[in-house]
Amino acid sequence: MKKLEPLAWVGPAVLLIAAVVIWPVIEMVRSSFLQISRFGVVREVNFPANYDKLFAEKDFADIMVRSVVWVVAIVLLTVVISLALAQLFNQRFPGRKVARWALIAPWAASVLMTAIVFKWMLDPEVGVINLIRRDLGTFVQKVFGIEPSSLGLLSTMGGDAADQLGQAGTAMPWLIFVGVFVSVPFTTYALLAGLATIPADVYEAARMDGASKMRTYWSITLPLLRPALTVAALINMMNVFNSFPIIWAMTRGQPGYDTATSTIFMYVLKNANLGESAAMSVVNFGMVIVLTVIFLRVSRWNREVA
Amino acid sequence: MATTTAPSRAAHRPAQHGRPRGARRMPKLKTTLIAALAYLIGFVFLFPYLVMVLIALRPQKELRTAQWFPDTWDFSAIAGFWSGGLADNLLVSLQVAVGSTLLVLVVALPAAYYTARHDFKGRSLFLVLVLITQMFQPTAMVVGIYREFFQFGLVDSVWSLILVNGGFNLAFAVWILNAYFSSIPRELEEAAFIDGNGRFGALFRITLPLAMPGVITALIFTFISAWNEFVVALTLSTSPENQPLPVALHSYMGQYSVDWQGLFAGSVIATIPVIILFALIERKVVGGLTAGSIK
Repeated sequence: MKKLEPLAWVGPAVLLIAAVVIWPVIEMVRSSFLQISRFGVVREVNFPANYDKLFAEKDFADIMVRSVVWVVAIVLLTVVISLALAQLFNQRFPGRKVARWALIAPWAASVLMTAIVFKWMLDPEVGVINLIRRDLGTFVQKVFGIEPSSLGLLSTMGGDAADQLGQAGTAMPWLIFVGVFVSVPFTTYALLAGLATIPADVYEAARMDGASKMRTYWSITLPLLRPALTVAALINMMNVFNSFPIIWAMTRGQPGYDTATSTIFMYVLKNANLGESAAMSVVNFGMVIVLTVIFLRVSRWNREVA
Repeated sequence: MATTTAPSRAAHRPAQHGRPRGARRMPKLKTTLIAALAYLIGFVFLFPYLVMVLIALRPQKELRTAQWFPDTWDFSAIAGFWSGGLADNLLVSLQVAVGSTLLVLVVALPAAYYTARHDFKGRSLFLVLVLITQMFQPTAMVVGIYREFFQFGLVDSVWSLILVNGGFNLAFAVWILNAYFSSIPRELEEAAFIDGNGRFGALFRITLPLAMPGVITALIFTFISAWNEFVVALTLSTSPENQPLPVALHSYMGQYSVDWQGLFAGSVIATIPVIILFALIERKVVGGLTAGSIK
């Protein structure tokens, strides 16, 4: 009886994980070996036809490359920006609590809602980002007498009535921007928690030794921040790789598949060919594992070098 | 990283390093600049949500004019939300969020408590299983989830969404509750037990109240992520009346004449309460999210 006791306490949790997390993984792999009709009827085992078809898609290679770029770009930018923000928000200043609180919003809000607002803000006619560009341009022209179109920064924000989400070249940077925007808050908070664990006397000692601020940051803060940084970056990587709502709400991966990542492609395929979509999921899954292993290797390698 | 002990207060005291005496003359200006920059950044991160509110309050006929603020403020979209069709979807969202929160409570609480208090065969295996779950995302396996619930005939049902959201948020709840239970001295519970409270009496009178901050954090966190979940809901709920609010708002956007004001009124209602709720637990969430990964 005593032996069965743990089962009563822990059993339900195991059962729930098995039913909702493990089972779908098995089902996903199994489906990738099957030909399934649009109505969900399994026709036959057709391994490896789904994979062959997937790899033969003419956009497949581009999509995979884009997925990696998407993840690496967002995680890198997020980490760099968050390191700076954590440093800033760790300073003492009046109203720090309120300022930190404002930072929470994109983390708490649903990513889909954020993406929808950004889509609106990028509206070529009435979007706020276009308004900023227009007003800034007028301001520059009035005050400095410079023709706004000659300024690189302003024209990168889009020309008059240019639909920035309509072309891959301008849409991708905005999608990545939104990806960074929703990832920075959590990362900053994780780094702030990490900063809080660094004992003050370490800095005291550095000061005694006459180390400069830059030097202190590089040799003390950053190495001591590494555990927090590694975990935050890893969690970010998982989130970004599986990030669906940003691209889906803003461009649907269009034009063509020019802004699609593997997750978007998987979803598009789901309605056309479930088996092939499952194959895409399996490839996706493998990719997450590979990226994770590479990331952990790199961060360990850093530790050995340091 | 010491954030594994979730309740530690000291962890939030900033590590401030002293300034050399000579630099004392400048601090006022420096603090002002730092504060100004921090407020500006805070504003940037709030900005999209302010825009959301502005559009929800802008009358339909002004929507296609390029201006910052509405000429007339119009609260009809927010007021009319409750009588419109989206109110049903809000109800579905509530059912899913409350349902999965209750499910997580019932399932995670005993598991976290038992693993914190007892060493048993398979304990570490269980913790590893939970850790792996935390790394998994429903988006990655949405095809598998769809196939599974299709076979059970549970597509287009609130129950499947409750199960999925409950399952994927279990890890966070187990980790944070486990940390709380571990931090409560066993002796405290034993003393209550000896005083004749019985095992469950001691648990309910002593341990649970002490772990309350952790319980509340786990509950709010689950509620918010179930409330915000999109991909699984988009895949599983096919009929409009069974769709949670995010999915309904999303399909709203796909229509020919988009009622942007209505859409953003819905977004405001779906977003603002969640941001406020989240602010209540923010301090503990980071610890809970990162704790599992480094243990």
